[in-house]
Amino acid sequence: MTRLQSAAELEDYRAKLLSVRDPAKPCIAVCAGAACDGLDSAAVASAFAAEIKKQAVEAKLDFRVTGCHGYCNKGPNVIAGPGDICYFEVKPEDVPDVIACTLKGEVLDRLVYRDPVSGEKAVHMNDVPFYKHQMRILIGDIPRIDPKRIDDYLAVGGYASLTKALLKMSPEQVLAEVKKANLRGRGGGGFPAGLKWETTRNAPEKTKYVIVNGHEGESAAFMDRAMLTGNPHKVLEGLIIGGYAIGAQQGYIYTRHDSPQMAEHIQAALVQAKDLGLLGKNILGSGFDFEVELHFDVGIFVSGESSALMRSIEGHTPEPRPKYIRTSVSGIWDKPSNLNNVETWANVPEIIGRGADWFTSIGSEKSKGTKLVSLSGNVVNSGVVEVPMGTPLRTIVFDIGGGVPDGKAPKAVHLGGAMGGSLPISMIDAPLDFDEMSKLGAPIGAGGLLVMDEDTDMVEIARYLLDFLVEESCGKCVPCREGMWQMLKILTNITQGKGRKFDLDRLADLAEVTSLGSLCALGKTSSDPLKSMLRYFKDEYEARITAGSQAQ
Amino acid sequence: MSENKIDSIIEKYRGKPGALIHALTEIQHANHWLPREVLHKVADALEVPFSQAMQIASFYKTFSLTPKGRHEVHVCTGMTCHLRGAAKLMEKVQELTGLQPGETDAAAKFTLEAGSCLGSCSIGPELIVDGKHYGRMSPEKAEDVLNRYE
Ligand SMILES: Cc1cc2nc3c(=O)[nH]c(=O)nc-3n(C[C@H](O)[C@H](O)[C@H](O)COP(=O)(O)O)c2cc1C
Repeated sequence: MTRLQSAAELEDYRAKLLSVRDPAKPCIAVCAGAACDGLDSAAVASAFAAEIKKQAVEAKLDFRVTGCHGYCNKGPNVIAGPGDICYFEVKPEDVPDVIACTLKGEVLDRLVYRDPVSGEKAVHMNDVPFYKHQMRILIGDIPRIDPKRIDDYLAVGGYASLTKALLKMSPEQVLAEVKKANLRGRGGGGFPAGLKWETTRNAPEKTKYVIVNGHEGESAAFMDRAMLTGNPHKVLEGLIIGGYAIGAQQGYIYTRHDSPQMAEHIQAALVQAKDLGLLGKNILGSGFDFEVELHFDVGIFVSGESSALMRSIEGHTPEPRPKYIRTSVSGIWDKPSNLNNVETWANVPEIIGRGADWFTSIGSEKSKGTKLVSLSGNVVNSGVVEVPMGTPLRTIVFDIGGGVPDGKAPKAVHLGGAMGGSLPISMIDAPLDFDEMSKLGAPIGAGGLLVMDEDTDMVEIARYLLDFLVEESCGKCVPCREGMWQMLKILTNITQGKGRKFDLDRLADLAEVTSLGSLCALGKTSSDPLKSMLRYFKDEYEARITAGSQAQ
Repeated sequence: MSENKIDSIIEKYRGKPGALIHALTEIQHANHWLPREVLHKVADALEVPFSQAMQIASFYKTFSLTPKGRHEVHVCTGMTCHLRGAAKLMEKVQELTGLQPGETDAAAKFTLEAGSCLGSCSIGPELIVDGKHYGRMSPEKAEDVLNRYE
C-alpha cells in the first residue's frame, strides 16, 4: 500500500473503493462480538464461508465477520442486506437457507424476530423493538465493517473528519469545536473533554501524550469493548484528531489483556493506518506527525484510574497517586497526558465531521450526544444500546429491554457498577443524564445498566459489590484498604442474620471516612452503592437486622 | 513449553526496562506461570532489579507464581452473572473439582479461577474453560462440560 500524501489522494482512494462497491449487492454480516462468540458464532461464520465457496457465489454475495451488532442475548446474530434484515439465533444448519434467501432478495421467515407476547414479526433492523428506540451514531456502522479492513471504514466515510481537522482547521479551531460541543467524558466522571484537552495543550512541556482508556474494568460493562473491537478506526481517528488539537505526537491505547480479538483488531488498525499514511510522519501532507502504541492492563480494576493507568504504561505497578497536580499536566513520565475513555474519543470524529451544533442538538440540556449502555441483568433483551442522553430509563429497560423475564416484577435498576448506585423501580422515569443521575445517587459511571427483579436481595448486592472492590483495591492507602474491609465485615454479618442494632450508623460512619480519606475514586466512591441502598432500600436493611437479632 | 520460546520472548525485550509488563504478560500467556528462574532471567535481560520483576509479578492477578493445571476453569463472578446465579454455579464447580478459587488439583488437571466480568454478560452465568465460553450455565450443565476435559 502506498502512503496517501494529501486529502485529495485520500478522496481518490475512497472514490475508487466505492466505485467497485454496489450498495444493492446482497451481503451478509455475522456478529463475532463477545456474547455471540460465546454462543459459537465462529461455527456460523465458517459455515457461511464454506457454503459460499461451495456454491461459488463469491461474486454475487458479500460476506463479512463483524463486531458486536448489539442484540447480544439473541446471538448468534446475522444481518442480511440490502435492507438490514436481522436474523437471530442462527445455527450452522440455517446457513444454506439464509444464503438462498439473501441471493433471491427474500426474507427467511423462520429466523426473524417475533414478539414474545403477540407473535408479531419484525424483519428489518429499524422495526425490531430492541433497535428501533435507539440512536446508533457511534455503533451503527459496526455491522457494515470488517474491523480488520481499513477499506471498510473508509467506505462508510471514515477518516474524512481527520482530513477536515488536519487540513482545514487549526488545532485551536478543533479544540474550540470540541469545547462548543460540550463533549463530556464517558468513562465515569462526565468531565468536559474540551477543558481537559485545553489543560494539556496549555501545559508548558513540549512532549505531550494522548491516551485511550479502554480498560473497561467496571463489572457488567461491555460497550467499550464492543466499540473498540468492532470499529477500532473510529476511536483511532478521534485520538489522532485529539493529538493534533492538543499538540501531542504520541498516543497510547490502553486496553484489556484478556480479549485477544480486541488486541488483534487494534493492532491491525494501527498497521493499516500507518501503511496508508494516516499515522506516522507528515499525515496527509499536513506536517503533523503522530504515532500510537498499544498497552495492556494486566487484570486489576484500579489500573483504569488515570494516574494508575499511567504508572502502568511506564511499566510500574498501577498505584494511584494524589492529584494535587492533575495527570493532564503531569502524567506519563511526568509529561502532560490527556486521558479519555473509548467512547469519548469515538465521538470526536462525529463532532468534527458534523459540527458542534449538530452534536448539541442531541441529548439533554447539560449532557449532549448519545450514550452507550451495556444493558444486562434480569432483563429480556440484553446487549449494547445507544440512546440520546436524557432518554428515560423506562425506554431503555422496557421499550428496548423488554422488561423483566419469567413473569417477575422489576425491583431496581443499578447503574455504574461497583462505584455506582441502585434506584427503585418507582424512579424508572429518571433521565439518563450525568447530573440528574448523580443527584439521585446512581451516577451513570461508564454505562453499565443492570435490571434487578423482585428476588434481588439488596443487602447481598451491596455486600457483593464491596467484596469486589476489597479484592481490587491496590492497598496503597489505609482508608480504602481497611475502611472497605470493615464495611464488608458488617454487611456480611447482616446478610448472615448476625446484624446488630447500630450497624447502620457504623456503616454510615465508615462510609464517610472512607470517602473522605481515600486517595482515588475507588475508595472515595466505594460506598456509593451502599449509600444509595440506605437511601432507597433502608427498610430492607432494617428488617434484616431486626430479623437477625430476634433469631439470635 | 520449551525454554527456547521463553528465551525468544525475553530476547525481544532485552535492554528495555519499560517493557517489563509486556514481557511478563507474554510469558504468562505462553507458559501459564512464571517460574522464579524465569523472573531472574527477565530481570537480567531487561536490566531491572529482580525485586521489581517480583513486585509486578505478585501484584497483578493475571500472573501466577505457581504452576497451573492443564485446563483453566473460570467461573465469571461479574455482576450480571452474580444476579443470575453464579454463586450456585461456583458452588457446584467447587464440589466437582474439589478446588477453591486459585487452587490447582494434585493431578494438575484443573485450575479454578473466580474472575470478574469478561463482557459476555448477556449470556451469563458463564463458565469458561481454556478460553472457551459456555454461556447460560446451570450447575447441572457444568458437570457435563467439565466431564469433557481430560
Ligand atoms: C478505580 C477506577 C477505575 C476506573 N476504570 C476506568 C475504566 O475502566 N475506563 C475508563 O474510561 N475510565 C475509568 N476510570 C476513570 C478514569 O480515571 C478517567 O476519569 C477516565 O478514563 C477519563 O476519561 P473521560 O474523561 O473521557 O471519561 C476509572 C476510575 C477509577 C477510580
